[in-house]
Amino acid sequence: MLGLLIEFSKSAVLAVQEYVQLQVATIRGVFSRPFYFHDVVEQFDAIGIGSLTVVLLTGFFTGAVLALQSGITLDQFGARPFVGRLISASMIKELGPVLTGLMLAGRIGSGIAAELGSMVVTDQINALRALGTDPVRKLVVPRVLAGFFMTPVLTVISDTVGILGGWIVAVYQLGVASSLYWTSITEALYLQDAWMGIIKPFILGYVIVTIGCYVGLGTKGGTQGVGRSTTNAVVAASVAVIAVDYFVTRVLITLLY
Amino acid sequence: MPTFAIRDAETLERRSSPDRPAVVFKHVSLAFDGKAILRDISFTLLPGHTKIILGASGSGKSTILKLILGLLKPDGGEIWIHGSRVDRMPEAEMMKVRNHLGMVFQEGALFDSLTVGENVGYKLYEETDMPLDDVRRRVEEVLGFVRLSEHIEKMPSELSGGQRRRVAIARAMAFKPPTLLYDEATTGLDPITATTIDEEIVKLRDIENVSSIVVTHQLRDAFFVATHEAIRLGDQIEISPADAKKCDEAEFIMLKDGVLIFEGNAAELRASTDPYVQTFLS
Ligand SMILES: Nc1ncnc2c1ncn2[C@@H]1O[C@H](COP(=O)(O)OP(=O)(O)OP(=O)(O)O)[C@@H](O)[C@H]1O
Ligand SMILES: [Mg+2]
Repeated sequence: MLGLLIEFSKSAVLAVQEYVQLQVATIRGVFSRPFYFHDVVEQFDAIGIGSLTVVLLTGFFTGAVLALQSGITLDQFGARPFVGRLISASMIKELGPVLTGLMLAGRIGSGIAAELGSMVVTDQINALRALGTDPVRKLVVPRVLAGFFMTPVLTVISDTVGILGGWIVAVYQLGVASSLYWTSITEALYLQDAWMGIIKPFILGYVIVTIGCYVGLGTKGGTQGVGRSTTNAVVAASVAVIAVDYFVTRVLITLLY
Repeated sequence: MPTFAIRDAETLERRSSPDRPAVVFKHVSLAFDGKAILRDISFTLLPGHTKIILGASGSGKSTILKLILGLLKPDGGEIWIHGSRVDRMPEAEMMKVRNHLGMVFQEGALFDSLTVGENVGYKLYEETDMPLDDVRRRVEEVLGFVRLSEHIEKMPSELSGGQRRRVAIARAMAFKPPTLLYDEATTGLDPITATTIDEEIVKLRDIENVSSIVVTHQLRDAFFVATHEAIRLGDQIEISPADAKKCDEAEFIMLKDGVLIFEGNAAELRASTDPYVQTFLS
């Protein structure tokens, strides 16, 4: 029993060490040559534009359902007209970043793990190295850059359509005046909230992509291994999104407020 | 094409120094998870010569090639590639040594997101500053060499198994490495296609003076490569049975469970009285 525990903690320490090493190599790859510019552009397109549909849909319906639910709650206090305040605050600070993060963990985390994993088991990663290319620079750096810079963009889009979704429900279902909705949206919005909402997705995007790359490159054992990696990447990235969100929020609250 | 011209000159210089072996293994050993995969392996590949590695499945043949490329590091012993010691070399430096080595992976390992032409020219496009027109010309040239010119725009998934192997050979030779490593380049192919690949190997060795390591468990192909030579006759390249001196430049190595149990030329292999070699040959 104790032996098993020691075994487990050993492998956990080793995994963390490898994960950190990958990040160091990635950051070094961002700031030194060779830099595969073409692959970076390709990944911005695949990760950014490719994720637009799911982000639009989740953002919209999150805002809409938020309006419905808070409408009921606010009615108890006769505060229905303030529905906009609740939506903007919760969408921009929490739900936008976290739900976008979760959707990206599912879409990008799994995609990266599957792609890199199948490159590992078919020796394509070895072939890259044999041809003189560092797989971290060629494959990991472009994906990490794309995740880091596109997640905030996608989050802002998600926030925007969320607020629009809330507006539709507020006006057409709750009967709140349109102008009242918009004033209460802006009234409740403090600068700190905006900062919180924009800093988080950078970190979440970075975490999702580095986990996908780490799990993908560590794939072992044929096609089955690729399946296992894909699942592991989604689970690990999703849990990480929620956990990292909590810790980042704590740090930002002490720093900003 | 200045950069490439310089590299060609270097390549020639490397090839023409007969005192500097292409590959040397000295008492190399390797274990995975406590299980010995290779034990005390020593051999030398001279420039322009051929090493043929025979052995049953799982005997460690692919592992030897991965050690040469530095994709794996040995637990003990020394590995020398064209005069540099690589068994402890850091990855960044290893990248330079890999310029001397072309590898044909066991399943081809073509990049399935790139076309045939992009696969073949990969190293020239991405890792050299050779002008694109010259790369294009070189890609067409090597695809012509393996007789796949008309497939340049296809994706690897649209090719047959034998065609994919030939693309893998074209990719490995495109940047003119002085040493080529072939991992089961003919396994699972019909005898006719296998012979065309054997002929490419012989042609590269004798016309381009490439040192080769040929891993296989197909004796037919092993003996074909060992006992034939390519001669240029005007525009034509002719493959014919080699004389005894040429045959001596091809050496066989037989592995059994990670141990080297035989080393010698084709005639010696046929004459061996070792029971395991006997079973393998029959
Ligand atoms: N990454 C690895 N981890 C653990 N064991 C490995 C690994 N790679 C290879 N092995 C083991 O090393 C041994 C030799 O493998 P290798 O691929 O060199 O065999 P081979 O001679 O090329 O066989 P084949 O003819 O089937 O290709 C096998 O027993 C294999 O199980
Ligand atoms: Mg093998």
